[in-house]
Amino acid sequence: MSTAAVRAEGVIRHFGDVKALNGVSIEFEPGMIYGLLGPNGAGKTTLIRVLTTLLRPDAGTAHVAGVDVLANPTEARRRLGLAGQSAAVDEFLTGEENLHMIGRLYGLSKRDARKRADEVLERMTLTDAANRQVKTYSGGMRRRLDLAASMVGRPEVLFLDEPTTGIDPGSRIDIWGLMADLVDDGTTILMTTQYLEEADQLADRVGVIDDGILIAEGTADELKDEMGGSIVELSVRDADLENTLGALTSALGAGISFDAGRKLISVPAPNGPLELMAVSRTLDAASLIPTQLEIRKPTLDDVFLKITGNGESASTAAGGES
Amino acid sequence: MTTSLVHTRGVGLKQATRDTGIIVKRNAMRNVRIPQLVLFATVQPVMFLLLFNYVFGGSIGLALGDAYGGKYINYLLPGMLVQTALFSSIQTAVGLTEDLAAGVIDRFRSLPIARSAVLAGRTLADMTRTLVVMTLLLAVGFLVGFDAPGGLLRTLAGICLCALFGFSMSWVMALVGLVVKTPEAANSAGFLPLFPLMFASSIFVPPETLPSWMKGFASNQPVTVLSDTLRGLILGDEFLATQSRSLSELILYSLFWIGAIIAVFAPLAVRKYRRTVS
Repeated sequence: MSTAAVRAEGVIRHFGDVKALNGVSIEFEPGMIYGLLGPNGAGKTTLIRVLTTLLRPDAGTAHVAGVDVLANPTEARRRLGLAGQSAAVDEFLTGEENLHMIGRLYGLSKRDARKRADEVLERMTLTDAANRQVKTYSGGMRRRLDLAASMVGRPEVLFLDEPTTGIDPGSRIDIWGLMADLVDDGTTILMTTQYLEEADQLADRVGVIDDGILIAEGTADELKDEMGGSIVELSVRDADLENTLGALTSALGAGISFDAGRKLISVPAPNGPLELMAVSRTLDAASLIPTQLEIRKPTLDDVFLKITGNGESASTAAGGES
Repeated sequence: MTTSLVHTRGVGLKQATRDTGIIVKRNAMRNVRIPQLVLFATVQPVMFLLLFNYVFGGSIGLALGDAYGGKYINYLLPGMLVQTALFSSIQTAVGLTEDLAAGVIDRFRSLPIARSAVLAGRTLADMTRTLVVMTLLLAVGFLVGFDAPGGLLRTLAGICLCALFGFSMSWVMALVGLVVKTPEAANSAGFLPLFPLMFASSIFVPPETLPSWMKGFASNQPVTVLSDTLRGLILGDEFLATQSRSLSELILYSLFWIGAIIAVFAPLAVRKYRRTVS
């Protein structure tokens, strides 16, 4: 029987009136990337803080790598690594000195700590910058160093809180690659993200958290399947909008929606190309010419908006981000 | 896995000492790499020393008469050393809040290290910096006429005692920093408790002239006790003849205050640290 990498049950944590966590249960096996997805203020960071022994929950239990983090925090700390939202590295020390200090704090001898620091720096492609003070590093380098610091203790479970927020796309892809390598080497990763694309790309399982509750969970594909197949999207000139909506509704029935922000008409397409052909026949018959017409698979964005119930107004915000 | 059976609630004293040493080293490196930390910590007391000596030295010197070689600087310098220890302790609060804001404290708290190590590493490193600053202040004192009537050895002993006092005050400031959480607030909140301690004391003038209601507090509070002990060490018999306490009584009283402050504030600060959420 394998021990769950993370197992938490009924975790509640309120800050005054703010119900940051409202009974979260989560469990997953070692050797995967678990993506915790949610908007700002959903409770992602609070959950990470509980699981990494930084915060005691008001109620509930939490185990990391089989260790009860509430009863036995010191032992849990030996098995977990944390990279928080801010790069928690010392500006005035060099990259090597930062990691050496962390290695020493994990109980390594000076020699072993140096060796480990060099290994991790190489892995994070920071060897060339190892002897420079961190204040000279770019944002992406700082993130990589912070990630390196969280790996020094060879954690069984690594907690990464929004590991790619606020860094450039190139560095983001670097970090994705590094995370995939870590998992190949047997580390389990729990990461939070606001980027649906990131969860889609990286996570073996995705949990969606909103208002302190885990509202959906599964693989990215499972979650997308819940949307019921593909979507046909089209846009038309403003003058044709009313006629188009009318024609499509009478031909294809309910379920057609219009996103005013993106000026996109969406038609559910459970049978894929069949609905696409029906749409184009209908438009042709009414002599309407779309400015854009395409069929696409549902994205996690669609899933996310559907289950968080944020509706159309939110879809414009999310659409602008990804 | 059988490891869940391993039950290690905390860490032992040996590891706590080791962890503390590592964090002292980190903070000491910061002091070396950020010269402003030592520079401004030195400039301020030097400025005070010179201003007080030249601005008030004349009139206070008249009152002191021929005592201490007729030099106010001899009376003032031991007090300024104590004031330096007080002011430097504020940096403990500021440094801790900076680490909190940068997420460094979160990182430390996620590591399997002694809960007291981060604070002890900070207060001890700050004590080392205070020692450097006091030595520089002493050097400036010599340049402007201080002549250490009690001898160099006793002067150095005084500085060490004063550094210990600074260490005890750093624990007070560690608590202040953990409560207020931001560097700006740490700076202002840190100064507040220091002002009454500084002025209702013998740092600048002998407390004989204070109103009687204030005198009871002034002559027993730690800053006066420390200042007078330093004077006993540094100025010697001429000063001690004016005191109701002997040198050994003064030293014991100083050690009592240092011990009492640490005994009260170190556990409070560690307790607050364990619960602190940045």
